[in-house]
Amino acid sequence: MALQITETCVNCWACVDVCPNDAIYEDKPHFLIEASKCTECLGDHAVPQCAAICPIECAIVNELDEPLNPPGSLTGIPLEKLKELGLYKEAA
Amino acid sequence: MELPVIGNTPAAKQGGCSSSGCGTAPDALAHLPDHIRAKVQDHPCYSEEAHHYFARMHVAVAPACNIQCNYCNRKYDCANESRPGVVSELLTPPQAINKVLAVAAAIPQMTVLGIAGPGDPLANPERTFETFRKLAEKAPDIKLCVSTNGLNLPQYVDEIAKYNIDHVTITINCIDPEIGAQIYPWIYWENKRIRGVEAARILIEQQQKGLQMLTERGILVKVNSVLIPGVNDQHLKEVSKVVKAAGAFLHNVMPLIAEAEHGTYYGLMGQPSPTAEQLQELQDACAGDMAMMRHCRQCRADAVGMLGEDRGAEFTMDKIDVMEVDYEAAMVRRKEVHDAIIDQLEAKRAAQNPAVNPEIPANSRPVLMAVAGKNGLVAEHFGHAREFLMYEASPAGVRFIGHRKTELYCGGMDTCGEGDADPDSLLDRNISILKGCEVILCSKIGYEPWGKLEAAGIAPNGEHAMEPIEDAVMAVYKELAASGRLSQATESKKVA
Repeated sequence: MALQITETCVNCWACVDVCPNDAIYEDKPHFLIEASKCTECLGDHAVPQCAAICPIECAIVNELDEPLNPPGSLTGIPLEKLKELGLYKEAA
Repeated sequence: MELPVIGNTPAAKQGGCSSSGCGTAPDALAHLPDHIRAKVQDHPCYSEEAHHYFARMHVAVAPACNIQCNYCNRKYDCANESRPGVVSELLTPPQAINKVLAVAAAIPQMTVLGIAGPGDPLANPERTFETFRKLAEKAPDIKLCVSTNGLNLPQYVDEIAKYNIDHVTITINCIDPEIGAQIYPWIYWENKRIRGVEAARILIEQQQKGLQMLTERGILVKVNSVLIPGVNDQHLKEVSKVVKAAGAFLHNVMPLIAEAEHGTYYGLMGQPSPTAEQLQELQDACAGDMAMMRHCRQCRADAVGMLGEDRGAEFTMDKIDVMEVDYEAAMVRRKEVHDAIIDQLEAKRAAQNPAVNPEIPANSRPVLMAVAGKNGLVAEHFGHAREFLMYEASPAGVRFIGHRKTELYCGGMDTCGEGDADPDSLLDRNISILKGCEVILCSKIGYEPWGKLEAAGIAPNGEHAMEPIEDAVMAVYKELAASGRLSQATESKKVA
């Protein structure tokens, strides 16, 4: 059971500082989560901390590749607007 | 601690002294108590006068943020853009120290090191305070300053006080959570993402608490507010009153930057930015209660140099790595340069005659003038000016109003780095930003823009080249008075 970081990550470091397991490390082209260390914060916090502070939609996904912060959930930009601007990608 | 109301307030309509500034006062801070003036006289972001002589730099060691603002996009990398939150190169604290020492040695006028992002410095406490701690040791002659959204401020006030950081900027856009909910979609607080009105309520509470804790410790606080038309424009007058009562020393109302290309919520949703007139109107409305900062250039989180210029490209990490810096020697040189500038400013202050000018009828109307200036002088060619400095002359004296950029911000990846293809449209655009001005002072000006400016009702004036700006503006104002063009009753206000 572990979360993953996708290529939409902008390398802002926010998740690194709040991870209770030190599971997140700097890499190119973006940060990664060490699967063996990630507990999805079970036992430490009510919600996974990386996903609670991450500012980028779809940057953190679960084992089923489902984004914890789906499109439109963080910026408040309506989905229609994102589609109109070509910024909306269907979840893989 | 409540500071006296000072500053660049509008002149009284019927002439005479305005309550807070009388005579030609290039530096509104001259009215401050000595101990506070001493703290800000060489800080370009706190003193309008100082920004002509002293430089600052930001080091981008703080990438993480704990809130989302609707005017911010966290994809912050464009070398050609200048706006808050944008940086080219993130630095580790040791890299930041090397950069600061190299810049301070190369630019002795550099007095201030700030940490301003690109995220929130207090959401990166280890990186931020490691940088401050080492700088306080290695470069004790550099003033340290930090800017924050305020969410984590109460938690770190004592740490801030420990490193002698005596200037803190808090961005406060509202004191009403309902308005805040339209500006901040979420905050990260106590291990949860909190949204809406509740998020705004917590943020506002922490900002106000932090502001109070700082002023109780004698730390100077500047409040930045982003003017968002239709969202907080009227509300900011109330914000100004409240932060002043809490002891903030200066209020900096900045225009919203919202371009679709930046990918921000406001940019994509078509939220309009304020016009220069709207900004000035609000600054004037707040000025009755609070000293207003009007010379902010909304710089990048890795800016280097004088306000309005960015010498960051001269100090990239690969260049700094091969520079040899003898900081002990640099400190001696820096002190000489600083002392010479301060002496010059003191002499200038002593020479000022605060008396109302008898040559100008007290009921003369105020006139807005634009200046192509450099280092406090009318020293720029009209066509080379990257910005115009706006001054208002009235019988009470000359006051600085703000600046207007002559170039648009980076238009995004597609147009990045390309010049304007049509020089005519660029000229028209630059003339249109001078709306409301009656005179433009510059060192030189070409034949074509001269004609176009006159046609637009703006009188070009190249007769005061290399004179101090305030003297030149007052001289032109006297000429207008002498020729009878300043009477309140004048039907056509235009000078040209």
